[in-house]
Amino acid sequence: MALVFTPDQDQFRDSIQRFLKDKMPTTEVRRLMATQRGFDDDLWRQVSQQLALTGIHIAEELGGAGFGPVELAIACEEMGRSLFCGPYFSNAVLSAYALKLGADQDQQETWLPGIVSGDMRAALAITETTTLWSDSDIQTTASAGDDDQVLLSGNKQFVIDGQTADLLIVAAKSASGTGLYVIHSDAPGLNISPLDTMDPTRKMASLTLTEVPATKLSRRNENLLPNLLNAACIMLANEMVGGAQQLLQSAVEYTQLRYQFGRSIASFQAIKHRLADLLLDVELARSAAYQAAQTMADCGDLEHLSDRQQRQLTEHASLAKAAVSETYLQAALETIQLHGGIGFTWENDTHLWFKRAKTSEVLFGTPAQHRERMLSAMTDANNMAEANKTENAA
Amino acid sequence: MSKSSIHTEVTQWLDRHWDPNMDLITWRSLVADSGWGAPSWPADYYGKDMTPQDAAIVEQAFAEFGAVGAAQSGVRMLAAVTLLAHGSHEQKQKYLRGILTGEDQWCQLFSEPGSGSDLAGATTRADLRGDEWIVNGQKVWNTSAHHAQYGLLLARTNWDAPKHQGLTYFIINMEQRGVEVRQLAQMNGHASFNEVFMTDAVVSRDDLVGAEGGGWQCAMTTLANERRSFDRARDVGGRKGRQGKIFADLEEEFAIANEPYTWYPQRAGRVDLVMPRAMETGAINDPATRQDIARLHIMAECAKWTGDRAKAAAKAGKPQGPEGSLGKLAASNVARLASRVHTAISGNDAMLTGPDSPMDGTIAEILVSTPAISIAGGTDEIQKNIIAERVLGLPKEPRFDDGPFRDVRRNTGPAADTKN
Repeated sequence: MALVFTPDQDQFRDSIQRFLKDKMPTTEVRRLMATQRGFDDDLWRQVSQQLALTGIHIAEELGGAGFGPVELAIACEEMGRSLFCGPYFSNAVLSAYALKLGADQDQQETWLPGIVSGDMRAALAITETTTLWSDSDIQTTASAGDDDQVLLSGNKQFVIDGQTADLLIVAAKSASGTGLYVIHSDAPGLNISPLDTMDPTRKMASLTLTEVPATKLSRRNENLLPNLLNAACIMLANEMVGGAQQLLQSAVEYTQLRYQFGRSIASFQAIKHRLADLLLDVELARSAAYQAAQTMADCGDLEHLSDRQQRQLTEHASLAKAAVSETYLQAALETIQLHGGIGFTWENDTHLWFKRAKTSEVLFGTPAQHRERMLSAMTDANNMAEANKTENAA
Repeated sequence: MSKSSIHTEVTQWLDRHWDPNMDLITWRSLVADSGWGAPSWPADYYGKDMTPQDAAIVEQAFAEFGAVGAAQSGVRMLAAVTLLAHGSHEQKQKYLRGILTGEDQWCQLFSEPGSGSDLAGATTRADLRGDEWIVNGQKVWNTSAHHAQYGLLLARTNWDAPKHQGLTYFIINMEQRGVEVRQLAQMNGHASFNEVFMTDAVVSRDDLVGAEGGGWQCAMTTLANERRSFDRARDVGGRKGRQGKIFADLEEEFAIANEPYTWYPQRAGRVDLVMPRAMETGAINDPATRQDIARLHIMAECAKWTGDRAKAAAKAGKPQGPEGSLGKLAASNVARLASRVHTAISGNDAMLTGPDSPMDGTIAEILVSTPAISIAGGTDEIQKNIIAERVLGLPKEPRFDDGPFRDVRRNTGPAADTKN
């Protein structure tokens, strides 16, 4: 269990924290979020190559650092703390796991090293109309064109970093079921348009596909979409913990500096109790995120999982997503409230995290949907245990 | 001494002396005098000067042998810890043995109707007359006071000193005319605590613990160890179904010691019963109730993992982080939510009580017991102050209780006394 980090992991975190503190102050966040691209090429290269963060969890044969989900989660947490502007989540988490879970050996060798080095950027396009990645949401079709070429047609929404990606990994339906397909961003028939989203630090795009030539990812994986969603939720939960902690810290600092009625407002119980409650919420959320990352690490390559492992992975992923996203938003709301009027101004930085929290709340599924998903995973287990008991009794 | 040689020595001693047909007190007298009953205590006082690690080996050897150890349950260990830290040589000689043998029961006389969270505001008074302290006042929330021979008493001996400096710590003999113990009925029908009324009760000068005016420091020692003994009496390696007089005596002791705590699991909300109840009642199929159940599961799991994180950090030798201070507050939230979810699951049946209530009354007991958890052992509000000040480093509120205690504003009217 990753209940406590090793000294190496602590050191790893410290080094990312120092780097981001230096390179991604809120002045830089504000500068980049106002640009169309939303990131700085030099900094992205440093993150991928110098710090080797993009491939932290990718095997060394594929150019990665060979660590696992716990280290990736640490990186995500630090990115979330600083509101790092860059295609980290879309590449290190979404695209890398899409290829890990969906691509065969050759395909991984073709694409992963470029993603790991940051030279090639990929984006994952699954969502169409609903928030959860359910099979029924996918209406984009994959059909055979001339020369046995696969052609994709349909629409995709909320594609994180879609407008700056070189490759797009797209979920589509064919006669044989739902699968993932890789297309190039300059492919004919593909139209990418940026979405106007509330959180300008995380760029998103929509795709229109009209007979776009594609390559099917050919690893057989019956839990491809569910486990991709699990990985996305777990890493997003860890990213959100970083943001929530940053908000708490800023509220704790500000309320001590703010004097009214001749005393620091942090000396009022009305304020202290709110901050104590918030600390509790953040620490509980942290436990959920860390535990989920550890559960994912315990599941190895996420293939050939036992029923129990699969259910627990889904339970913990959805638990973490539901718990942390509500806490993150709560932390943002509290921090605005505790700042008073200045907390509602554009000049104050709190809204940057508020907007990340608000959009993260619904990204990959709402808290209510994830509570239901979690409970379904658990009650299926309970029902099976009951059924087994009855069977044994009979 | 090495680990294995300690184990061997204890086992050899048990081989020579253990006899399950002895009565419990006779056996424990042997244990106390041998030093094996409290090996981490000083050798001068029924111990062997052992480190806690070595003492744990002794305890393990007792358990493996299947022998009963020294008495541990209730407030007696709090008394022992406090006396060892602050007591005189005579007090240690006089009282420690009876603690280990189980002959003497102890109770704590700290809280008062007028001072709960603000414990140092105690107004029970002790006045020196000749060689005796004369005690007048009322205490409350005194577990086991109705069985106790001795009480750990916090009383005010100086009204001109500031609040914390006017308190003195005493050992009071509970079996005297001036001490009246009344059981205190709770809203859940149990009576786990007592009220203690002291009217010209007498304490010998020799039973003043520590220094006059040093009662707060002694009380802090007692309270710092409260968590550990707060738990129910520990089980001794498979006592159930064992034959012999000792085990019969022990059963009786456990029954008395555990009696005040039978409702404690219900007080914590019984999250473990939520899923079985939801399946049994069909509430599991209601989408709104499913959301409630899921919220509770999430909170309870996160609270458990947070506690696990604190333990893992301590084990890895890391400094304690915020996760170590949040357990009590988290437990209150879990219990409160669990009570709501049990209500939602039970529907109409949540109106029933006693054996008619689901699970032979257990569900009703949850519903009427959970309000206690956010009060007992420090209210949520005090917990939040502690977290805000010690963990987050926020400033304290201005206080109005410095200067001579007699000038500090105190309770008047209904809040001053539980029986108006």
